[in-house]
Amino acid sequence: MKIARLVACVVVVAVCATSLGAHWLAPAGYARQFREAPGAPPSRAHLLGTDEVGRDRFARVLYGTRISLLLAPAAALVSTALAALIGGLAGYVGGIWLRLARAFTDLFLSLPWLFLLITVRAVLPLNVSPLVSVLITFLILGLLGWAASARVLATSADSLRNSDFVLQARASGLHGARLFIVHVLPNLKPVLYAQFWISIPVFILSEANLGVLGLGVAEPLPSWGSLLRELEGLISFREEPWRLAPLLLLIVVMTSFQVLLSNEEVTA
Amino acid sequence: MTGRRKFSYLSSILFVLAGCVFFSSASFAQNGGELRFCLRTEPKTFDPLLVDDDSSLAIRYLTGGVLVRTNRHTQELEPELAESWKVSADGKQITFKLRRAVRFSDGSAFSADDVAFTMNRMMDPALHSSTGDAFRSGSGTVTTKVVSADQVAITFPAAVVGMDRLFDQVAIMSAHSPKKEKAVLGPFLVADYKPGASVKLERNPYYWKKDAQGRQLPYIDAVDIDIQANRDVEMLRFKRGELDLINALDTDYFDRLGSTSPQLVHDAGPSLDSDFMWFNQVASAPIPDYKKAWFRSTNFRRAVSEAINRDDLSRIVYNGHAQPGVGPVSPANKFWFNSALKAEAHNPQAALERLKADGFHMQNGTLVDKSGNPVEFSIVTNAGSKPRERMSVLIQEDLAKVGIKVNLVPLDFPSLIERISQKFNYECAILGFRNVGLDPNEQMNIWLSSAENHAWNPQQKSPETAWEAEIDKLMRAQASTSNLKKRKEAFDRVQQIVYEQAPMIYLINQNSLSAVSASVNGANPGILYPQTFWNAERLTINGTATAKR
Repeated sequence: MKIARLVACVVVVAVCATSLGAHWLAPAGYARQFREAPGAPPSRAHLLGTDEVGRDRFARVLYGTRISLLLAPAAALVSTALAALIGGLAGYVGGIWLRLARAFTDLFLSLPWLFLLITVRAVLPLNVSPLVSVLITFLILGLLGWAASARVLATSADSLRNSDFVLQARASGLHGARLFIVHVLPNLKPVLYAQFWISIPVFILSEANLGVLGLGVAEPLPSWGSLLRELEGLISFREEPWRLAPLLLLIVVMTSFQVLLSNEEVTA
Repeated sequence: MTGRRKFSYLSSILFVLAGCVFFSSASFAQNGGELRFCLRTEPKTFDPLLVDDDSSLAIRYLTGGVLVRTNRHTQELEPELAESWKVSADGKQITFKLRRAVRFSDGSAFSADDVAFTMNRMMDPALHSSTGDAFRSGSGTVTTKVVSADQVAITFPAAVVGMDRLFDQVAIMSAHSPKKEKAVLGPFLVADYKPGASVKLERNPYYWKKDAQGRQLPYIDAVDIDIQANRDVEMLRFKRGELDLINALDTDYFDRLGSTSPQLVHDAGPSLDSDFMWFNQVASAPIPDYKKAWFRSTNFRRAVSEAINRDDLSRIVYNGHAQPGVGPVSPANKFWFNSALKAEAHNPQAALERLKADGFHMQNGTLVDKSGNPVEFSIVTNAGSKPRERMSVLIQEDLAKVGIKVNLVPLDFPSLIERISQKFNYECAILGFRNVGLDPNEQMNIWLSSAENHAWNPQQKSPETAWEAEIDKLMRAQASTSNLKKRKEAFDRVQQIVYEQAPMIYLINQNSLSAVSASVNGANPGILYPQTFWNAERLTINGTATAKR
């Protein structure tokens, strides 16, 4: 297990480092169109060939990885913070607030997520740059993705509220925000970490789902979601196997996250 | 070998050879077999007068008998149930001389009463027939007079332009048959329908048409239609030999199939369909005034048009299976296309010159207007349409070369329609028309400035520009005369104005692509719907292939 975690860690670090070096490794950039060679197979000029409009696939995979791997954790941070605020506080306060928070999170979880995302995406301003659009996309994911984590945190905080050390702290005269920050929050940290790590692959896949629907990151900026759209209509893997590169990368990174995550969960 | 044995040996060989020739010719000429293809959606109705979707249209085409038929290949009008017809000079009346000894699929006789019944039912406002809507030229009732058993005269309250061609869509129903719409005059009849799964058609035993050798049509026994929305599955089934035809094939599939089996794919040339872009010119639209000024400038629109490389759109997005768009009418529409017009050539330098005339200039690689506003706008299109999304990406780069920044926004279809037709909260849009008719009258709801589908500035109380006023006048003029020459002149001028003013920037006309299995004989895919089975009654299925199924 230790070796598996080590390999997973190396994979994640290597992928992150390679994507950060995209500028040097793929100087053609993600947007330049080589119109004389659309859909070209791999060559020395284009290591993974070109996409349908002649853009270098290798460059797009690197830049797309950078975007998905940087922004998915950011979205996970937003959603975990919201979950801590709503779930953690409700669990700590307890009573009617806990019941209300649980009802609210249940209601939120029952909403059709994808349609909600599509609706929110549709009412946003049209004239935003691709970079702003990608930030908005992940911010929406972060703002809408807190409910499941909040439920877990509410339950954890609820059990902490009645624990001996919190009762003892109360008996010592500690109340309110100070009790929450000093005693409850540090004990929620392992759960928060676990929820944070769980959220990252969820958001990467959510963005990929939006991308497959054509509603993810705006062109010409690449993301794993928009890169996966290339696989639509691919009948035989043998015809153009290099087109599977983004999918393979997604699988490898997700698996690595899962291996690392299992460790975090054990710790939690 | 004795003489007798030699004779016997030779006669045996001759007998075998004769047998081979007989059976091979018989297998070709023999009736039978089943044609199989897919519809992508469920037919909404089997009532031929209520058809308004492609799947129902396909069923109506195969089962309905019409008075006249537009030949899908020559685009000429041909007699069917009517031997001849005559349109009055004022364009208000049409008289049909009907074919005799024709029977419905239930064996009941066809007569002028059936035509009268069909017309009366179709024009009944309570039915809300979209086929009937095309005939509504003015207020008042439509009268149908049965002159004799084989002659009928139909009179409309006002002239109906291109009236005879409209009858291509009118499947005649029986006035007396208890089977109602199930009694048909077309080559096939609906034998079985499994909702969500399939429609099975069988040969109409009373079909009136015969081939040159006097054999009754259709040749095939049945048409098995599966309802299959997934195009990947449709292609796999075609490759496995489970399907015989694919209509409107995607470019990617066409090339992939063509690379292994070039004899199975057919590119019939440019279709009637077009993709285009337009700028929002609605005065009350919630966009900045300086942008409205750009979008209302003819020079700006023409410059954008000139900056777009249509050859690249055709070559890269459609792998060459498309032609650069010229205007509202595709070159495939042989009669109505204004052949004096040519697709706008890609010329970024000329585009910059045009922009300069309106006070635009370059500043650090960015185009700015005379007030110093950088030129930046968004293009909306429907998410999920790969060709349009790819076209948008190419246009984005083309316009970047003249200093224009474009933001691409794919939207889900309901949101897109709401923005472009109700809230007008958009700047530029890319969409397409799927034309099925040839007559320009079918485009009235686009070109009249008061029309709802006048995309760039709909429902104007009075035309806001002189050129829109001229288009209104010309469209009404062509709709008020049955003189084809005058109509053509008027519509040619409309096409020219649209070309010069560029309210709609036509990008490409996609080619009509289809696939036909080697087991089907006689297929001649065309550009008009239904591309592959327009001559279904004359198709034959290879005997060997049929046996394998």
